[in-house]
Amino acid sequence: MWTYDKKLEYPINIKCKNPRLAKFIISQYGGPDGELAASLRYLSQRFGMPDQKSKAILNDIGTEELAHLEMVGTIVHQLTDGVPAEELEKAGLGSYYTDHGVDIYPQSAAGTPFTAAYIACKGDPIANLQEDLAAEQKARATYEKLIDLCKDEPDVIDPLRFLREREVVHFQRFGEALNGVHEKLAQKKFYMNSPCNCGRGSTN
Amino acid sequence: MFNTGPCQETRCEMLKKIREYNFAIIELALYLDTHPEDQKALCLHKEYTKCYKDLTDKYQKVYGPLTINFPCNRWRWLEEPWPWERSDL
Repeated sequence: MWTYDKKLEYPINIKCKNPRLAKFIISQYGGPDGELAASLRYLSQRFGMPDQKSKAILNDIGTEELAHLEMVGTIVHQLTDGVPAEELEKAGLGSYYTDHGVDIYPQSAAGTPFTAAYIACKGDPIANLQEDLAAEQKARATYEKLIDLCKDEPDVIDPLRFLREREVVHFQRFGEALNGVHEKLAQKKFYMNSPCNCGRGSTN
Repeated sequence: MFNTGPCQETRCEMLKKIREYNFAIIELALYLDTHPEDQKALCLHKEYTKCYKDLTDKYQKVYGPLTINFPCNRWRWLEEPWPWERSDL
């Protein structure tokens, strides 16, 4: 269950349109290391976690990622809303405009539509949390590349910096959750490879 | 960062403070998920959730609802701009 808050997690107010940047930034909406993939990855993995801390952290970070999805969508919207077709085409968004106008469509910077193949739910809490740690680092690296591409656009860089910093915090929290899961699995009578235990919270 | 000013606060300033409290709550909640025994963090969480509730109650009475859980005499949910729309809020 979720309740919508009619505000952004961090304010975005972009004064100058710039479809060229939007073409890159859309990747953090629906690309391989984007916020949609992050949110679905964590919110789906939480069901199989063996301890309270990892269930909570996946639930709460998965929820925060939805707020980040809204932020990235907002950036792309403000960069492209009202931009004429001709300018979109010059910015390399002619194909995008053909299929989506200036709607916000989940795709990568290269135009690949979002796919559930971007997320993993392996039925194994250690593998899942390791995946999440890597995902946070990949998202951080993507935001750094985007910040490099957005030079001289402080209105765009500011929220991207915020989003980058959140990846660093999430990485830290997932690392702590992973330690907790290791401890849980090291407890007596828990057999990681047993089919009845694997990926389930079936021990006490 | 969290000083409460006089009652003459503008809408923009109020919303900025709401966002700041909300952010502090999110950050503390993630921290507490993996450090549930940290009493200092728990105290801060208690303090900021109270400030957040008081300030959002005050804000919503004047400027309309931030969630659909706030009672209205008319449906003000439609009247205010959405967060993705460019504004100074």
